[in-house]
Amino acid sequence: MTEPARLTREDVAHVASLARLHLSEEELDLFTGQLAQVLDHAADVANIDLAGVEPTAHAMAVTNVLRLDEPRPCLDRDEVLAQAPAVEDHRFRVPRILGETP
Amino acid sequence: MTAPRPALETATMVRAGEASAVEVLEHHLAVIDAAEESIHAFNLVLGDTARDRARDVDARVAAGEDPGPLAGVPVALKDNLCTRGVPTTCSSRILEGWRPPYDATVVTRLADAGAVVIGKTNMDEFAMGSSTETSAFGTTRNPYDTTRVPGGSSGGSAAAVAAGFAPLALGSDTGGSIRQPAALCGVVGMKPTYGTVSRYGLVAFASSLDQIGPFANTVADAALLFDVIGGHDPLDSTSLNRPTPRVLSVLDDGVDGMTVGILTEFLDGAAPDVVARVHQAAEALTAAGAHVEEVSVPEVALGLSAYYLIAPAEASSNLARYDGVRYGLRVDAEDTMAMNTATRSVGFGAEVKRRIMLGTYALSAGYMDAYYGQALRVRTKIIEGFARAYRRCDVLLGPTTPSTAFPIGAKVGDPMTMYLSDVCTIPTNLAGHPAISIPFGAGDDGLPVGVQLLGPALSEGTVLKVAAVAEAAAPPLAAPVPAPAAEGVST
Repeated sequence: MTEPARLTREDVAHVASLARLHLSEEELDLFTGQLAQVLDHAADVANIDLAGVEPTAHAMAVTNVLRLDEPRPCLDRDEVLAQAPAVEDHRFRVPRILGETP
Repeated sequence: MTAPRPALETATMVRAGEASAVEVLEHHLAVIDAAEESIHAFNLVLGDTARDRARDVDARVAAGEDPGPLAGVPVALKDNLCTRGVPTTCSSRILEGWRPPYDATVVTRLADAGAVVIGKTNMDEFAMGSSTETSAFGTTRNPYDTTRVPGGSSGGSAAAVAAGFAPLALGSDTGGSIRQPAALCGVVGMKPTYGTVSRYGLVAFASSLDQIGPFANTVADAALLFDVIGGHDPLDSTSLNRPTPRVLSVLDDGVDGMTVGILTEFLDGAAPDVVARVHQAAEALTAAGAHVEEVSVPEVALGLSAYYLIAPAEASSNLARYDGVRYGLRVDAEDTMAMNTATRSVGFGAEVKRRIMLGTYALSAGYMDAYYGQALRVRTKIIEGFARAYRRCDVLLGPTTPSTAFPIGAKVGDPMTMYLSDVCTIPTNLAGHPAISIPFGAGDDGLPVGVQLLGPALSEGTVLKVAAVAEAAAPPLAAPVPAPAAEGVST
């Protein structure tokens, strides 16, 4: 297992944009140091030879969980929409997406 | 002070018409009124709705009905458990003011059992933290010393039980978030086997690790609450569809002939006064007829690193839903992507941002196998290590935390140091197993020490009966300051 390269400020900026987070310059500096520290600690996991060991995503995995295909009430539409920041015609309203004209 | 009245006794009295649910509630509301300002266990105290509920319980008893096994017992809920029409914040600005359109399954089961929900408790934001200091609404203080943290992330629930605000509380435990605060606040806290308690309506942090569990003053009360909330739920596809252990009935069975393993890896790095209490608990179990030996599971030493890759990876995916579209905070911007970014940047605190970025990184192209994939293989090794130990031992024993409660502010600026306070609790979550923390006397500083009992999957009954024996031998713990008022359910 090759050791991953040390986390850089550019990595953090990239990851923040993937996660839809805007970071100030100060936050970028702070988080780069803190996240690098956690990943340094995680080097014990990254560097150990576990070839042939199956990964475990769920310790108590259950499979093929199905319910009967019967109609049943869903959440109340008005109650759900009442929690939304903006609503129009019984739908969630968002600002424009991409560059279309309104 | 007299000891708080156990929930088991309160429910028995209410069911028999010997105590009134309204009076039980008013007693606890008075304790909250007197001490909450110095503790800040709650994000929300439910006075009026709780009174309605308590009156209903009393009316049912008067009509000859049985309200259920928790009749009239006040229960505090961690604020990541959905309550229909009642604010559920996860102690985050991004969910401030959100009123869920449905109840969590555990909330429905509490109501069906006659319990009275008394409030929503403070927590680390989205359950990410070990001290309740990452809450957007201020830190909860430890009732034993208000300059110290109550632990976390379920610090509000632990403090509420310790301070006498409620005899029972629910929390969630992803890497120790029930057991660690229970230890630091001198109360009982149990993380059940993954899948035994429905997660429907628990706001997700790390879905393969999250599990709801009880806080109580006694092992018997924790068992009572677990029996009420446990069992299969078709609304949670990870809920185990098999009989859940009914645990209250086996509590008095004793430990004669059982084998208890002291998990040596958990003693490494623990403070000497904490280690001394673990050995004292072991002696008590030996005296009660158990065989106690030392056991090594070297794999658990990798648990912390694996956890801080797996949990953030799952969190980064789960928390993608907070986008300012359907619920919670929206910070307006000229287009939707800018609105998503502005909302998340303002709405999430620093610890949540760190974990989202850590998880996004661990899952990103080029690093996924080295970090996330390796962590999942370590998880397999930890499960194998525990399985080896459980071939020899019925249960394992160790400290819950390496030290007693630390001062507020001591670790919050140093994430890695904070993460290390979960080193003894995390392996259980990775394995999906049950574990319980019980108070076992005080450390050199007079603050509570928790000892932890761990067992294989679905061994709650065994873990709890061993805990009951240890509890009976536990050195007394002085009353917390400010002391909860002496139990006075005036009847």
